[in-house]
Amino acid sequence: MPSYRELLAQLRSEIEEVDVVRAHELLAAADRPLLVDIRELDEWTEGRIPGAIHIPRGNLESRIEAAAPDKAQPVVLYCAQGNRSVFGAKSLAELGYENVVSLAGGYTDWKRSGFETELPRSLDGAKRARYSRHLLIPEVGEEGQMKLLESRVLLLGAGGLGSPAALYLAAAGVGRLGIVDDDKVDASNLQRQVLHSTSRLGEWKAESAKQTIAELNPDVEVVPYRERLTSENVERILADGWDVIVDGADNFPTRYLINDASVWHGIPLVHGSIYRFEGQLTVFKPGDGPCYRCLFPLPPPPELAPSCAEGGVLGVLPGIVGSLQASEALKLCLGVGESLSGRLLLFDALATEFSEVKLRKDPNCPVCGDSPSITEYVDYVEFCSGRPAQV
Amino acid sequence: MSRIRIPPMLRGEVGGAREVPAEGESVRELLDDLMDRFPSLRPQLEEGGEIAPFVNVYVEGEDVRTLDGLDTPVRNGETVILLPAMAGGA
Repeated sequence: MPSYRELLAQLRSEIEEVDVVRAHELLAAADRPLLVDIRELDEWTEGRIPGAIHIPRGNLESRIEAAAPDKAQPVVLYCAQGNRSVFGAKSLAELGYENVVSLAGGYTDWKRSGFETELPRSLDGAKRARYSRHLLIPEVGEEGQMKLLESRVLLLGAGGLGSPAALYLAAAGVGRLGIVDDDKVDASNLQRQVLHSTSRLGEWKAESAKQTIAELNPDVEVVPYRERLTSENVERILADGWDVIVDGADNFPTRYLINDASVWHGIPLVHGSIYRFEGQLTVFKPGDGPCYRCLFPLPPPPELAPSCAEGGVLGVLPGIVGSLQASEALKLCLGVGESLSGRLLLFDALATEFSEVKLRKDPNCPVCGDSPSITEYVDYVEFCSGRPAQV
Repeated sequence: MSRIRIPPMLRGEVGGAREVPAEGESVRELLDDLMDRFPSLRPQLEEGGEIAPFVNVYVEGEDVRTLDGLDTPVRNGETVILLPAMAGGA
């Protein structure tokens, strides 16, 4: 029987090897080969060659066919030193793969030669523990959780809807939360605005939200904006870079303003609104469905549109609607499931009834239609103050 | 007979009811029946003989503006939803 050294030498003569310079050339070509890192998980997590997929040596034979169904597909295998990849290449040749090479010198030589490496995207132990219930869901998993940690969600309002939405997005590990609110915590808020507490009365809501979230999940960076969203500051706030906007505003001017901004910037908008026992919820996805102006071309006159401050709201109602907004926002960040785009969900807490109506993109919409008549920010307070002329 | 769902901000005009039965074979006839019985609803729902632009009307979940507007037929037993925008979020 041959020794390990003898067997390695024998296999090395049977398979093809490339050095790191040649491998670098192959990988830079337009028809680059499939690059497979066959090291163990702990080695992979400390750095890898960009573009590699990870199949540990022990799983190589069972998993390669899913990664490379075509056996004529060129494949480059690498390990740490270029020894395990010799055995791997031999196995793949036995499976019928015709163009398999082993990277001589492996990752060590690659790194020593100064070629680019990248730190793989993986969660550390603490994050694995914190997000373990997400990691168990196939639609989320480690990749999805990393997407959430890199996601940036802007919340308009840290009030009734913003409170549960911010708490659940933060708990879920959305990496960056912007919170726009120019209000301070008032005693009348605490019946429903669960981000805040009695000890925070009089504090800025955006700062109170930041404190609460810091205690809940230190992975989350909170960007507080102690201001009301206006035509003057919207571009500055959006320039900070947001993937999804959650609208929990309490007035029509802000809702029309953020709608127009979301259409122009192509940022999905998760809309929620509440009154007494009833809520409305939908997703406006620019380019792929209607916008707020398709749904409500004009705001109602003030007598038809009492606010929660005037008409009241059941304390738990924003908890339900805001949590649904968080759910829609998470799905958008993850890119999974069916969003509420094109559907308006109505919730009636008194009847405990959900119903749905269809929303359609209006080709004549002044903002997202075929020939838009509104292409820059308008005076939204004036637009919503009574009966402005139809634009 | 069909049922018209009344939004919370208009329930004061119909004695607090969440749904009101109405007679008619089109949205126009149903709304006329409703507004005849509760005249204070008319200025809140109608503008120049049309549905006010800030109120959406759905028949079986479809916006009547995408159907035949006020002439959209409503079959016996179907539900009509009146839906004005709500701004509240705080």
